[in-house]
Amino acid sequence: MPKKYLLQGGRFIDPSTHTDSILDILIVDGVIQSMKPSIAPPSDCEVIDLRGKLVAPGFIDMHVHLREPGFEHKETIETGTLSAAHGGFTAVCCMPNTNPAIDDESIVHFVHSKGKNVNNGIVDVFPIGAVTKGRKGKELSSIAELVQAGAVGLSDDGAPVYDAEIMRRALEYASMYDVPIIQHCEEPALVQGGVMNEGLVATELGMPGIPPVAEEIMIGRDVQLTEYTRSRYHVAHISTAGSVGLVRDAKKKGVRITCEVTPHHFTLTDDAVRSFDTNTKMNPPLRTQTDIDAIKLGLRDGTIDVIATDHAPHSLDEKEVDYLQAPFGIVGLETAIGLAITELVVTKILSLAQLIEKFSTNPRKIIGRTIETREGELANLTFMDLDAVWTVKTSRFKSKSKNSPFEERTLKGKAIGIFNHGIALVY
Amino acid sequence: MGLSSRHLLGLDGAPKSDIELILETAVSFKEILGRPIKKVPTLQGKTIANLFFESSTRTRISFELAERRLSADVVNFSASGSSVSKGETLKDTARNIEAMKIDMVVIRHNAAGTAHFLTRVVQAAVLNAGDGCHEHPTQALLDMYTLKEKFGSLEGLRVCIVGDISHSRVARSNIYGLRTMGAKVSVCGPATLIPREIEKLGVEVYHRIDDVLPKVDALNVLRIQMERQAGGLFPSLREYNRFFGVTKDRLEKIDHPITIMHPGPINRDVELSADVADGPHSVILDQVLNGVAIRMAVLYLLGTTQ
Amino acid sequence: MTNSRKILDAPDFIRTVNRLSHEIVERNRGASSIGIVGIRTRGDYLARRIASAIASMEKVAVPIGTLDITLYRDDLRGKLSQPRLNTTNILYDIAGKDIILVDDVLFTGRTVRAALNALMDIGRPSSIQLAVLVDRGHRELPIKADFVGKNIPTSVNEEVQVHMTEVDREDSVYVKLLQSPTEKE
Repeated sequence: MPKKYLLQGGRFIDPSTHTDSILDILIVDGVIQSMKPSIAPPSDCEVIDLRGKLVAPGFIDMHVHLREPGFEHKETIETGTLSAAHGGFTAVCCMPNTNPAIDDESIVHFVHSKGKNVNNGIVDVFPIGAVTKGRKGKELSSIAELVQAGAVGLSDDGAPVYDAEIMRRALEYASMYDVPIIQHCEEPALVQGGVMNEGLVATELGMPGIPPVAEEIMIGRDVQLTEYTRSRYHVAHISTAGSVGLVRDAKKKGVRITCEVTPHHFTLTDDAVRSFDTNTKMNPPLRTQTDIDAIKLGLRDGTIDVIATDHAPHSLDEKEVDYLQAPFGIVGLETAIGLAITELVVTKILSLAQLIEKFSTNPRKIIGRTIETREGELANLTFMDLDAVWTVKTSRFKSKSKNSPFEERTLKGKAIGIFNHGIALVY
Repeated sequence: MGLSSRHLLGLDGAPKSDIELILETAVSFKEILGRPIKKVPTLQGKTIANLFFESSTRTRISFELAERRLSADVVNFSASGSSVSKGETLKDTARNIEAMKIDMVVIRHNAAGTAHFLTRVVQAAVLNAGDGCHEHPTQALLDMYTLKEKFGSLEGLRVCIVGDISHSRVARSNIYGLRTMGAKVSVCGPATLIPREIEKLGVEVYHRIDDVLPKVDALNVLRIQMERQAGGLFPSLREYNRFFGVTKDRLEKIDHPITIMHPGPINRDVELSADVADGPHSVILDQVLNGVAIRMAVLYLLGTTQ
Repeated sequence: MTNSRKILDAPDFIRTVNRLSHEIVERNRGASSIGIVGIRTRGDYLARRIASAIASMEKVAVPIGTLDITLYRDDLRGKLSQPRLNTTNILYDIAGKDIILVDDVLFTGRTVRAALNALMDIGRPSSIQLAVLVDRGHRELPIKADFVGKNIPTSVNEEVQVHMTEVDREDSVYVKLLQSPTEKE
């Protein structure tokens, strides 16, 4: 017997078709059969009441560390995708800094098939392949094989591709398959030993700093290489005002560049480090209010295409050490939508359509996995409650790790469910 | 009547009244240090653990002397040869010590914020004896005490801190404390050793020692660490000495005496020439004695509150 | 106030101090070996009065010092507010001297115990004699004053208040009834 769902009364927004209306959506065996202002529930149909709620094309987080294989004590593909599902995402791109690194087609296959077999495959897992073998920055990995096996982008994330020659060749090679090189932008020589943004707060705390120019120099170089090789380039986790300016200028010149920002980089400043909470330690580091202001402007004017979390789970033991020793990174999947609505939509920086673009339309376009929400297509949807006021409790996270600086923070707006591959998950 | 906090983590944000109370209390302890019997029974029955995760002979001895002269029981724990080197976390070490019913913990660590971290995992009162390049409050307090003893008041006093400001917890604590007490603070050193935006802390920045000397009453000369040269932050000790060294020649050109302080240990004839270190305006040995009095004062104030 | 009675007025007060001074000189056969130490705060003022009385009757300067016993108290931990630490200021060598330890009120004896320990840490006097303006009884330690200005029988829920012109409006001693039993010092 076919499984039928009726999504009732939700406000459906799809920026790709300029849709914004209250619709009932009837889904049969995962396929959208009908979208109309009012549909009478057929027999044997499960009705999901979405009156007063928001429905959008399924959200994707294009920057996630699932940690498997190799670091299963931090996160697994199973716990990571469950965390994504509960954060409102129907898909994630997972970064290749695993052990072994995703630099070989067999590992792409492993991650891909594991993703299909956990949590009923409700969250699509799209692996990102390594740019260089072992992410060592010396030799190109088998890019064509990785792409053929299903890698949707290439990155050495966690470290930059610092050799300009290797970067040039990677851009050229990847352009044959139209996959982006996703760069973790930092000039390593300028970063050595740094643990937080270089500036007044680091000066006060006596902590080794990471200067904003370390990021900007790498973006500057890569923009020129991208332009020269006529290839495609994506800046991961942009964090400084200068970087936003560089990307804006490059876009104006027609360079094929895109970029993403994390929720923590538009929410927190380096002031948070004064707590010495190691959950404020991430790379790139938290910057200043000037940077946040520039990032918000960049989100608004379209310079910044994507919101992605850089979900980086670490166990409590790993994080509960002194600030210098603590690893970089925080989890983000389960707070991303709440933070984005609170910081960007409530404050009218972004319209709802823009928010959906940054979480769904744009990232899917960048990795070449677009979806359409219309009759005859697979239903791939995210449900949100814009009015829900809630308090972050890391103990309730589905992620294996709880390393979040947002514990006890009150947010407005949250994901309340997803629909993908014929399965509804409403929480 | 007591301090506003049950820990001493730093002087950043410490109220003026706290600093004044510590400086005043230290006067009484300095008197005790002049007696034939330099010991009082005040902290009898209290146990203090000195956790030194970073080697430091001077500060540790000064603290230990202060603790013993207050009749406290003292436990020493240093990183070398202890379980820290076996990968035990700071938190585990702290919890173990807590289980032994320790009343106060004095901690020295190479990472900023470790004293703050300890306050979250143990019940004992925590005294920061230096956390990374962040703060070293008792050093700054003893520096201020020494200056107050010499000049009577810190209000309007012109003090310049000379050397590697970037990597100095002594500099930071002194800047915070002296500014709170109304002193006029400047820093002088190579541009590579002055942290960004430090002028926002209300200090003037100089890169030429001869420019600042006529404008100060006292210099706090910092130890230059040899490894900074290896890190490429300045070219050579010889060049450092020629351009930033505090020498008799330089001081003689100034028409007023300048009081010389140094937190020790001194690299003689690098940051400070031997004749200045031993000269009539040097208060370096007073700093050492005052250090014990200041630490007794802080231990007394933290150790006898509820 | 009705539950407060005056025990000494200003003339009584001065007569009592003078008598104490005479007794001290008499017992020590002059003032040549004497050193006076007052316990902060009112014991200190009392010590100065006694010292100047002795100086004028014996025509010799009597060495005088101040003792702060805070660091020697046995109740530091039980206190809700931390007592402010003052300086001990004894600028003469007490070794070999007959030290007259002066306090305003002798009560439980604990303050005197602390003062004795503090004095012993400073040096080795040939003797220590205790002079107090008021002995109100209720001793908790085997301590007895050598010179007593006035014995005042009190109950534990009374407080003896010594006023001196150095810090108060007048020289006087009152006994005051407390609402709740006093914290013993």
